[in-house]
Amino acid sequence: MQSRTIETWVGIFMLLGIAALAVLAFKVSGSAGTDGNVYRIAARFENVGGLNEKAPVMIGGVRVGRVARISMDKEDYSAVVEMDIEQKYDNLPSDSGASILTSGLLGAQFVGLDPGAEDMFLEHGDELEITQSAIQLETLISQFMFSQGSSRDNTDKAE
Amino acid sequence: MDWVANLGQQVIRSVSRMGAAALFFLQAVVGAVKCLPRFHLVIQQLYSIGVLTMLIILVSGLFVGMVLGLQGYYQLVNFSAESSLGLVVALFLVRELGPVLSALLFAGRAGSALTAEIGLMKATEQISAMEMMAVDPMQRVIGPRLIAGIIAMPLLAAMMSAVGVIGGYLIGHVQFGVDSGVYWSSMQSGVDLYDDILNGVIKSVVFGFIVTWVALFEGYNATPTSEGVSRATTRTVVTSSLAVLGVDFILTALMFGGL
Repeated sequence: MQSRTIETWVGIFMLLGIAALAVLAFKVSGSAGTDGNVYRIAARFENVGGLNEKAPVMIGGVRVGRVARISMDKEDYSAVVEMDIEQKYDNLPSDSGASILTSGLLGAQFVGLDPGAEDMFLEHGDELEITQSAIQLETLISQFMFSQGSSRDNTDKAE
Repeated sequence: MDWVANLGQQVIRSVSRMGAAALFFLQAVVGAVKCLPRFHLVIQQLYSIGVLTMLIILVSGLFVGMVLGLQGYYQLVNFSAESSLGLVVALFLVRELGPVLSALLFAGRAGSALTAEIGLMKATEQISAMEMMAVDPMQRVIGPRLIAGIIAMPLLAAMMSAVGVIGGYLIGHVQFGVDSGVYWSSMQSGVDLYDDILNGVIKSVVFGFIVTWVALFEGYNATPTSEGVSRATTRTVVTSSLAVLGVDFILTALMFGGL
């Protein structure tokens, strides 16, 4: 009887421990089991800004995949972003466009896909033609400062 | 010249102690492998090492998670970034606090008990009696405890992380009203199964090795008096805590620093 209760408690301990590991794997990391069936597409950008690998790929705010790899093309110095799209979204038109967007003003960057109108669908290994690079805050600010400065010059001359 | 001799004596003593600990480790691993056919010994040790440590781990994990939730929220809300609360809490727990804190608690709760138990076995000459009866104490006493420590530690660390994440959720969602979907999704997009969770598990396995090894070695080499056992118990907690913190630094640098 004594050893039976000990064994029961050890069994409970093991179950709780494995349950905790399962919580960590599925609930906390959320990556287990979701990347099973994917197909890979690529897109070329002039500038990917602060895009990271594993960043989400979204259509209309819904996550359809994630960025698998970011590399640079040696031929034309463009950034090549490879994306794993979940297999259940296999009806993306082949003339869809990709742009790099930012969630919120300073949030993390992600790839937004804009579905096109073609009847052909994207398949594994396809490359997106229409892309729009990341908007860089520094560039925007410097353009703003520059235009401010030049407009003040103009008003000075007018006076 | 006397102090030079003293220094040399200290160095020789600590080096020979390290050598003894390494030899003990090899013997303990051999004993652990040999005791596997009699798994009921391991189960008994899992009870006293794992089950009895579970409560303190669960309670402290909940509080650690709640404190992380509070402190994280107070800081993040300044940048209106409280949507990242879940990510902050989960990364802290899974990468560092879960393995390290549970190893420290494990050293205090289970390591000290192991040392005292084995030291007392030695003081009452039970270990010599086993040797007289041709029972290998490495196989009968040390081995099962080592295996139990290595099995129990990652499970305890996982429990602490899981409960801590729930504690952070209680504070973030129930207390401060961070949206629960945002809490979990920021966590899921930022925490990686291999980079974060698997590395945390590897850490806690290593810590389980270290703490159990130190505890068993100190107990096995304790001076067989009541004073000797008490000093060995203290040394177990101090040495294994320091070793855990030091090794954690090295493991973190290796795993996350990209060295």
